[in-house]
Amino acid sequence: MRDESTPRVKTGLAEMLRGGVIMDVVDPEQATIAEQAGAVAVMALERVPSDIRRDGGVARMSDPEMIKGIQDAVSIPVMAKARIGHFVEAQVLEALDVDYIDESEVLTPADEANHIDKWAFKVPFVCGATNLGEALRRIAEGACMIRSKGEAGTGDVVEAVRHIRSIRADIKRLGGLDGGELATAAKEHQAPLELVRWVAEHGRLPVPLFSAGGIATPADAALMMQLGAESVFVGSGIFKSEDPARRAAAVVAATTHFEDPARVAEASTGLGRAMDSLEARKLGEDQVFAGRGW
Amino acid sequence: MSVGGPGGGAASVGRPHAPLVGVLAIQGGVDEHVRALERCGAVTRRVRTIAGLDGLDGLVLPGGESTTMTIVMDREGLTDPLRAFLRSGKPVLATCAGLILLDREHLDVVPMTCARNAFGRQTRSFEADLDVDGLDAAFPTVFIRAPQVVEHDPSVAVTARVEGAVVGIRRGPVEGWAFHPELSGDDRIHARFVERVRATLA
Repeated sequence: MRDESTPRVKTGLAEMLRGGVIMDVVDPEQATIAEQAGAVAVMALERVPSDIRRDGGVARMSDPEMIKGIQDAVSIPVMAKARIGHFVEAQVLEALDVDYIDESEVLTPADEANHIDKWAFKVPFVCGATNLGEALRRIAEGACMIRSKGEAGTGDVVEAVRHIRSIRADIKRLGGLDGGELATAAKEHQAPLELVRWVAEHGRLPVPLFSAGGIATPADAALMMQLGAESVFVGSGIFKSEDPARRAAAVVAATTHFEDPARVAEASTGLGRAMDSLEARKLGEDQVFAGRGW
Repeated sequence: MSVGGPGGGAASVGRPHAPLVGVLAIQGGVDEHVRALERCGAVTRRVRTIAGLDGLDGLVLPGGESTTMTIVMDREGLTDPLRAFLRSGKPVLATCAGLILLDREHLDVVPMTCARNAFGRQTRSFEADLDVDGLDAAFPTVFIRAPQVVEHDPSVAVTARVEGAVVGIRRGPVEGWAFHPELSGDDRIHARFVERVRATLA
């Protein structure tokens, strides 16, 4: 009688995370701080993106022991990252019963041609995208949540802004096209015509659109929400700042009240130093995470 | 504030005052409730502040993360005013995390105790057609990391069960569901709720 892991329930969890903040954490202590600050979910990973940048080398799925420790520490959903195309890491994360898998460009890609067949899993997936075509290809592969890639670990929001603006602008553009033009648009976006038609008709993606990559302040979070993101992921921005607990709560407040400048001002006050940042446009080509995946 | 949706249908035609229903919008599945309520002829308002409770004819507590909602409400000073509204006798519809907020350990509006994530983590989320009290045909339910009511006062009526577990309750003007009627594509529960709100205006 029960029908488990249907597209409806997979997308449904993403819908329930709307209007919230998903925070990167590397241990149970950070997970608890995130939960107490009002995070709607945590992303369990071994190193936050800014440390992955600094350390270099291959970045992989986290140690299951660390993921289990975080699952035991909090009652909010726990997400974890698998490398692009590494379906066995995804199988392991499913065996660990994580609530969402992020097939993430922040980790080193494991397959240069294929993303994971996400329909094959009971656990829902979130994937990054830089434009509408990429978002729709991931959805066609079974992703139930899309996030902007941004440029993780930089503290520079410019790439996340570019990606969300691009996706939203292309969605609006589809709304004005007729049937023949939609077929051409599908070809240009390299996306299935059926999904292109759906987006044109509804004026949105068929799954929630969240934002990630470079969000470091309450105002950054409110900016992404005003640009049309439905929730925000904050990676290095919280636990690489001077006062993580306070900044985490402030980002949550600014996300809830993203349309109220007085509340965003209040949330921005007296937070101490933000994370050390890097200008995304000055990164070398081999340092750009957003170029991973296609 | 949103305006009444175009799908109000015959029920709202000729009525000077469509009911004003708030949806608690700290975070969570707010949009789907707003759309369902508007299809059923209500005018809606997203409630994030104490002032947002003023003048509402009814209130929806949506799904989402009950821990997050509880923490943010406390920080906002919204807990006491919200509890007062929920106990005021106005119609309330609560789903999933919203159901949890009603229990003894949270806002203490309904004498019951909920167990969170009672069916398990996300891989145990499911859909099922359930018999729901007062509806003549099975309702297509969507359960997402859903709670169960594990204990309740005799004054609480059970309105739905899944495999014996209590997943629907009604006590006076307050109804609560462990599943997500707003995600079902079936507006019967929302239509009935909006009618209850409308009846209080007559």
